[in-house]
Amino acid sequence: MADSTLPIDGPVGGTIGVPHEVEDVPTWGERLHEWVTTVDHKKLGLMYIGYGLLFLLVGGIEALLIRLQLFFPNNHFISSVVFNRLFTMHGTTMVFMVGMTIIIGFANYLVPLMIGARDMAFPRLNAFSFWMTALGGLFLYYSFIGGVGLQGAGSAPDFTWWGYAPLTERAFSRGHTADYWALALIVQGFGTIGAAVNIIATTFSMRCKGMTLFRMPLLVWLNLVVAGMILTTISPLTAAQIMLTIDRYLGGHFFDSQAGGSPLLWFHFFWIFGHPEVYVLVLPAFAIANEVIPTFSRKAIFGYPAMVAASVGIGFISVSVWAHHMFTVGMKPASNAFFVLSTELVGVPTAIKIFNWIATMWGGRIRFTTSMLFATAFVAQFLLAGLTGIMLSVAPWNWQLHGTYFVVAHFHYVLVGAIVFCIFSGLYYWYPKMTGKLLDERLGKWHFWLFLIGFHMTFDLMHIPGLLGMPRWIYTYQPGHGWEIWNQLVGVGAVFQAVAMLVFVYNLVHSYLKGTDAGPDPWDAWTLEWFTPSPPPAYNFATEPVVRSRRPLWDIKHPEDPDWKYE
Amino acid sequence: MFSLRATMFHPGEKVNAKRKFLVSRGIRHLTCGFISMFASGVAWAQTASDGIARTQNPFHPHSSSAHLIQQLSFFTLAITGAIFAVVAGLWLYVVIKYRQHGSNEQMEEPPQIYGSTQIELAWTVIPILIVVVLFLTVARILFALQDQPVPQNALHVDVVGHQYWWEFRYPSYGFITANELHIPLGEPAGTVTTGLKLLSADVDHSFWVPSLYGKVDTVPNKENDIVLDPTQTGVYEGQCAQFCGTAHAQMLLRVYVQTPEEFAAWAKRQQDTAIEDPAVAQGRQVFETQSCVSCHTIRGTAAHGRFGPDLTHLMSRDTIASGLISNTPENLKRWIEDPEAIKPGALMPAMQLSGDQIDQMVTYLATLK
Amino acid sequence: MSAVPVPVIAQAPSESWPLPDRGVVGMFAVIVAESTIFLIFVVAYVYNIGRSVSGPTPREVLDLPIFNSICLLSSSFTIWLAERALKKGAMRTFIGWWALTAALGAIFLVGTGLEWHKLIYKDGLTISTNLFGTTFYSLVGLHASHVIVGLVMLSLVLAFALAGKVGQEHRQRIEVLGLYWHFVDMVWVVVFTVVYIIGR
Ligand code: HEA
Ligand code: HEA
Ligand code: CUA
Ligand SMILES: [Cu+2]
Repeated sequence: MADSTLPIDGPVGGTIGVPHEVEDVPTWGERLHEWVTTVDHKKLGLMYIGYGLLFLLVGGIEALLIRLQLFFPNNHFISSVVFNRLFTMHGTTMVFMVGMTIIIGFANYLVPLMIGARDMAFPRLNAFSFWMTALGGLFLYYSFIGGVGLQGAGSAPDFTWWGYAPLTERAFSRGHTADYWALALIVQGFGTIGAAVNIIATTFSMRCKGMTLFRMPLLVWLNLVVAGMILTTISPLTAAQIMLTIDRYLGGHFFDSQAGGSPLLWFHFFWIFGHPEVYVLVLPAFAIANEVIPTFSRKAIFGYPAMVAASVGIGFISVSVWAHHMFTVGMKPASNAFFVLSTELVGVPTAIKIFNWIATMWGGRIRFTTSMLFATAFVAQFLLAGLTGIMLSVAPWNWQLHGTYFVVAHFHYVLVGAIVFCIFSGLYYWYPKMTGKLLDERLGKWHFWLFLIGFHMTFDLMHIPGLLGMPRWIYTYQPGHGWEIWNQLVGVGAVFQAVAMLVFVYNLVHSYLKGTDAGPDPWDAWTLEWFTPSPPPAYNFATEPVVRSRRPLWDIKHPEDPDWKYE
Repeated sequence: MFSLRATMFHPGEKVNAKRKFLVSRGIRHLTCGFISMFASGVAWAQTASDGIARTQNPFHPHSSSAHLIQQLSFFTLAITGAIFAVVAGLWLYVVIKYRQHGSNEQMEEPPQIYGSTQIELAWTVIPILIVVVLFLTVARILFALQDQPVPQNALHVDVVGHQYWWEFRYPSYGFITANELHIPLGEPAGTVTTGLKLLSADVDHSFWVPSLYGKVDTVPNKENDIVLDPTQTGVYEGQCAQFCGTAHAQMLLRVYVQTPEEFAAWAKRQQDTAIEDPAVAQGRQVFETQSCVSCHTIRGTAAHGRFGPDLTHLMSRDTIASGLISNTPENLKRWIEDPEAIKPGALMPAMQLSGDQIDQMVTYLATLK
Repeated sequence: MSAVPVPVIAQAPSESWPLPDRGVVGMFAVIVAESTIFLIFVVAYVYNIGRSVSGPTPREVLDLPIFNSICLLSSSFTIWLAERALKKGAMRTFIGWWALTAALGAIFLVGTGLEWHKLIYKDGLTISTNLFGTTFYSLVGLHASHVIVGLVMLSLVLAFALAGKVGQEHRQRIEVLGLYWHFVDMVWVVVFTVVYIIGR
């Protein structure tokens, strides 16, 4: 690696390689106590991420069972009731317990470090948010034990992650599964909103000297936008879930069609949450790519202001497109047309991002570490995913595609091909900072290629049964539609992904125990977090850094032509 | 696009010309891996392992509307395919051209470039233009499809989604049937013959017969209207496309497009009350004394239930259990013995009848031609 | 690609480095989130006006809580006076205005309580009676719950103030609390218009 030992006192001030306080090794009890009671943004960040990865495995196992059941037509290995629970829990878990927690984890860990702060604005609120989130996950999975499903037998919610009313009302969803589902999302919702408040206050009020808004790393910018979106995205869901709970417990009639209530209202509320939510999930993924791609292309990000503008733009447009999930509920042509337009307009700011990433790589010297491999694959995959999104936004065609596996393919292409890929990229990139050890590159390559093959086998091919009219949410299907072969290939792909996952889990553990020491700045990067020892001490920076440009470490490493000359 | 506008006002024979126009257009962009993927998909649709040619496939349109939608899909595939080819090409070029050779140490940093207003402006404006073109096309077809006028003499059917079956009411004829919708072919073929009013009795369902039209939901407390303009007689399969509970996967349906004469004959038969056959009085007696009557209707008998399908002309249907199994006495027997075994989650209970009670009932039902 | 310098606010390290107060920023964020929650409930209310399949209707049972509203809204003014007094360091006036604010809030709550008592026992309108009942109690109740939270915090501050534990050094925090209270009042303006004017 190029010089990872930095001058003790650059123009940035601060010190590197502060020795860890040498204290005697704590007992397990003390360790546990320390983690449970911690308010340190780094520990909390790690807990968020670990929690999310755990649920990724759970949700993944549910996915494997789904694929197993769909392997043959007329297969009755898994009963319909169980199958319906599986995909409902899979979807809910993956979106809320995996996506949200991991992205918030990264924000928690990185935002203060990147803006030269010593912690979040409200450390205690931060801890509270995490434990609320954790509680949400427990509630959701407790329904396996405490709830009773649609058929009065077994348990766990089984009405899709949309929870379309009135299926979730008492009349159609007896027992307590819907209650645990609603409760879980309400509780976690509060946690998420708390985290968002914290991130916003931190970025506005905790920046180190010289860290103007327009010198913040893009990762911080995007997480700021996301936090802003969370405030107006999660709250509608929380409100709707409260209404549902009122219906189920106090005999309310919000979505009770018998009493004049309107299920349609739930559709709107859910998607007013649901669509922005997907950008809440993907922007932090972009954020990771925005740090990884420049570092490994050895170039500054191309068009920083445009990237900021595009992110803010996406934030605003995305609140006006929700009904593209509802083209089939029977809206007037005019409103359909409106949502077609707004939806397709989102393609424009997104285009800017894709092109800027390509332009950043253009003329660079790309180092294909595992982290960069994931980021590079992400760019191409997100391109295709976005384009299938555009196809879905074509309302009349959407009437054919909606509710088929084409949709499932589209959103896994984004959720897995973009978000999960970026999460992996980010983990390979920051794991050294978090643990002080490099993740093993050889295992990393295995992980990448296996997951890449598995991903494309699963989700490229999944488009086809969709186009051939295979609906989602079906636990079994008649032979002869021409779906069988595709479902089988898709299933095999999922197994590849599973193996890749195991390699990854192994790598995490193996490298932690036996990995090579990373040093403070293994990638020769440019943002402030690399200006601390790995892992950083509780106080992050011995002396508060002072920055003069977007790439403070570049300025130190290249005194001959520092960035601030251009800013 | 201009030609598309032409179609919007009079769907029907014109369609095919436009279709060729757009297909050829789609073909020209076969560069896009995606289109070829989809093409291979259509090829697969032909295979039918169990002999029955499955017709639940959006890419076998048999109505003017479905044709129009298919053209639009080709048009969209062409545009997105072109975009993909260009951008993915760029990506590939960069990834190959600019990878670092040699170890990190001997490398000094490449020239730093922070941005370029002109270029960024270019790749902002171009997408906007594409979006405008795409949107205008979509909007035209959208209005064309949703504002199709329903002729005076058109057939009107109320479609009611139930957990987990379809009720079809023919108000103008005064009869009700289930799971198999019969509609006439227009003359000329491809003109609107039927207006459907989509309703729900309980939860959300979605009425979907890909070869005839896109899916439209049946939402409680909401009425949706669509029109059907088939171009060919035949049987078209569909399926409930909105998750509605345990047996959602088995909430199938069929649409029979018949010549006006065939349709008239069918409707005439449906209007009659149930056939009375003294030979099967026992079975009928079993039926009427069981709680069957509280859910099913057999016009001309004591059975007036509305919760389950109308059985007045049960035997005129090819399938039972909403298109799940063929309508044979054996299947009827299996179904009555234990619906749960055939269709898990079905709301019809097993009646706990003795063997010969069931036989009598089946022989009775088998007479309801 | 020609390199163009990107414009940023020039900022030499030596200069002073003013940042907004995190409490204020945080509270504004909370208010945005809360507003969205209220917005959804308001939409639900408006959408369902007149959709109840059974009585009683708003016309029959609701009458304008004018006095209540005046109390709550004026409390926004008194809390502002209190803050101003605190700035000046006039502790006694601060306590006076602050106490009055809390009192006005309490009166509002009592008023709501009486209204609900009448609705439930005289008019027989509960949350499960009909759609109107459901939407009414949820929306008004959601707001009332916010008043309660505010009231608790107001009284805490009052207690500390009486114990002489509140000084100018707490101005920032008091302001943050003030922000919340103003928000609660603003929401009431909306709820009032929707429920008692449009809804009737
Ligand atoms: C971030 C979100 C996310 C992610 C990552 C995934 C990942 C995957 N999903 Fe997911 N999916 C959704 C979000 C996500 N999904 C949503 C929102 C829905 C809609 C739900 C609804 O309709 O209600 C859905 C629905 C959905 C369906 C449709 C179900 C239906 O409608 O009937 C299918 C079917 O194939 C599917 C498959 C998969 C597969 C194969 C993966 C694979 O990528 C999974 C790969 C991961 C693994 C295979 C885990 C590996 C674990 C191990 C190897 C275990 C070993 C370890 C231990 C035992 C400790 N998903
Ligand atoms: C991270 C998540 C994520 C992201 C980023 C997106 C991005 C997009 N999505 Fe996706 N979507 C989901 C997650 C996501 N989606 C999920 C989870 C569902 C289903 C939930 C469920 O049903 O369970 C869904 C469903 C969904 C639907 C509803 C399908 C249906 O149920 O009927 C639609 C319809 O319009 C849609 C459209 C889009 C569009 C237009 C984009 C755009 O943002 C894409 C923009 C990107 C590009 C367009 C590519 C790059 C652009 C260029 C190269 C420039 C040139 C291109 C043009 C000018 C067009 N999505
Ligand atoms: Cu009816 Cu799904
Ligand atoms: Cu969306």
